[in-house]
Amino acid sequence: MRDVAVVGFAQSPQVRETTGTTNGVEMLVPIFAEVLSGLGLTKGDIGFWCSGSSDYLAGRAFSFISAIDAIGPVPPINESHVEADGAWALFEAWVKIQTGEVDTALVYGFGKSSAGNLRRTLALQLDPYVLAPLYPDSLAVAGLQARLGIESGAWSEREMAEVAVRSRRDAETNPNAQVAGSKDVDELLAQPYVANPLRRHDCAPVTDGASVIVLAAEERAHELVERPAWITGIAHAIDSAHLGARDLTTSPSTVIATQRAGGIDGVEVAELYTPFTHQELILRRDLGLGADVRITPSGGALAGNPMFAGGLIRIGEAARQIHSGNASRTLAHATGGPALQQNLVCVMEGRD
Amino acid sequence: MAGKERAAVLGTGQTHHKAKRQDVSMAGLLREAIDRAMADAQVGWDDIDAVVLGKAPDFFEGVMMPDLFLADAVGAVGKPLLRVHTAGSVGGSTGVVAASLVQAGVYDRVLACAWEKQSESNAMWALSIPIPFNMPVNAGAGGYFAPHVRSYIRRSGAPTHVGAIVAAKDRRNGAKNPYAHLQQADMTVDKVQASQMLWDPIRYDETCPSSDGACAVVIGNEKAAAATDRPAWIHATAMRSEPTTYAGRDQVNPQAGRIAAAALSNQAGITTPLEETDAAEIYVPFSWFEPMWLENLGFMPEGQGWKLTEAGETEIGGQLPINPSGGVLSSNPIGASGMLRFAEAAMQVMGRAGEHQVDGARKALGHAYGGGSQFFAMWVVGADKP
Repeated sequence: MRDVAVVGFAQSPQVRETTGTTNGVEMLVPIFAEVLSGLGLTKGDIGFWCSGSSDYLAGRAFSFISAIDAIGPVPPINESHVEADGAWALFEAWVKIQTGEVDTALVYGFGKSSAGNLRRTLALQLDPYVLAPLYPDSLAVAGLQARLGIESGAWSEREMAEVAVRSRRDAETNPNAQVAGSKDVDELLAQPYVANPLRRHDCAPVTDGASVIVLAAEERAHELVERPAWITGIAHAIDSAHLGARDLTTSPSTVIATQRAGGIDGVEVAELYTPFTHQELILRRDLGLGADVRITPSGGALAGNPMFAGGLIRIGEAARQIHSGNASRTLAHATGGPALQQNLVCVMEGRD
Repeated sequence: MAGKERAAVLGTGQTHHKAKRQDVSMAGLLREAIDRAMADAQVGWDDIDAVVLGKAPDFFEGVMMPDLFLADAVGAVGKPLLRVHTAGSVGGSTGVVAASLVQAGVYDRVLACAWEKQSESNAMWALSIPIPFNMPVNAGAGGYFAPHVRSYIRRSGAPTHVGAIVAAKDRRNGAKNPYAHLQQADMTVDKVQASQMLWDPIRYDETCPSSDGACAVVIGNEKAAAATDRPAWIHATAMRSEPTTYAGRDQVNPQAGRIAAAALSNQAGITTPLEETDAAEIYVPFSWFEPMWLENLGFMPEGQGWKLTEAGETEIGGQLPINPSGGVLSSNPIGASGMLRFAEAAMQVMGRAGEHQVDGARKALGHAYGGGSQFFAMWVVGADKP
């Protein structure tokens, strides 16, 4: 395996609604400029481009076609796209660098959730023959998951609120966060349910946003940044599509991905992509992340959840902890699909 | 600098492509192709390390990220499942991504699959949703591409019956392929020319059908290939993209296709593509794209592609048989069409193409394109180790 590192990261502000189109171009152009100029690169220096986005979010077919206009790919580029979070595009780019064909890659994800009704749109990820016609929306599915955990004694509404309080407090120092503020647990628990047992603070907000990461191999990474975030392991896995066939209080695919990515030994910071409070509790327990591991210091998806960019942001935030010298070993997690169906884990380290 | 691992196609599978496969669900359709590919590769589920799934736009069938609901049917539970989407080239891109997973040394064996169930979809509608700052494609793909074809005819001076020659050949080839949607063994140039004009100069019989269908391939590393009888070695892969529109863009002979083909030949060590390639499965949804892509792919000089077609040299038995399977003109399950080209190229060098086998084929090209002739994916496979 070649040594490959995250060397650059940029993200748009996470906002309730942008004025731009669903093409993502207006969000992507500034952050491409930011990440490339920060590294002293131009588009001609990039060997491979890969993006993650969703036509359903954009409300049209082939939304990624317009997004490549943000690159201005003339002359033509070596490029690919996944219909998934940008984190999976990063996996494809990491693989491309591993083949030895290229030494650098630029990965991006974008989503304008405000263009539609997100919770209803996400219902169309379910089995189209037997489940989607009933339109259980994303809050309903997550609510079932939360309820199962509460009834089995795996977690409580108070523990869920504690996750929200920490997230909002951390978000106060994240200039890109959409939701921040230091309400206490009792105050949050006094709020009404939005999808029993979920309250507003248990659910990620609806967010428009985009993110970009630059990967580089070996010497190229050393040339570009002082302290590259070397990827020591990256893996992903998926669970069954049948909600009734899964134990929704666990996340087996996250455990598999973490094992394949090298495990959590020495991890100081874990950026977890958990759009619902109880999902963080599932991951912390399943991965065995103890009190010594700082969880999602960016505030995470609960503070801002740009769909299809959010997982890539977790990798960027975890890499930044290494770039800045705050941590030597970090873990990033991304998720996709209903109730944590598909999960990716990326472990990075700094080398002195 | 790590070296790239060798990778090979161990087996291929496809469905009987039809207008409406109402006997199966989307999952059942895919599984037919997968089961055939795994049997052909002589592998079981435990042998598969990861699954890559390709599909054209989600709007076609109205399911958001259908890979998620198909996780069980494609045998991916507990494994990595990667969903590729690069427009009409997606079937080819899926093959390229699956190959790279093996070439990178990440996995030993990868299952790649692609599908489209047009009977459960409305591609014409999905392609006609207005897009900010873009010219609408209200007439569907044919209306979009017809001006490019007219431009090709004007530039090359090709006789106007060349399109009909391609269509008649591909339909007759399709009749040799038991999986092909259209079975028209008695198709002739005259019949094609007598069919209804749809988008001048493209007549009804010069257009691809709407098909339900799926395709799958199993790709393995050198060790896995050693256990396989006659695998198709992957000699080269390439993908390139360019914008739909920009000042000075040549839509007839797009730059992205030309540089992808050049990169492909370079990687495969091919200097004279026409002489060194024994068969090619190229993405020809409208007849005229055969001569156009013959030039774009570097088989013929610019303006000369039609001469190879007119001389009958793209027939099975000719200098460069193009689409011996019948191609997209005989079966078009959109998301799978590119992978079918890749799989059929592999079948040729594996000697498993049955009645449409090109005698002695040892090196073959698989090609796919998508969007407004702007996304290209291709591979070269060979009977010999690269």
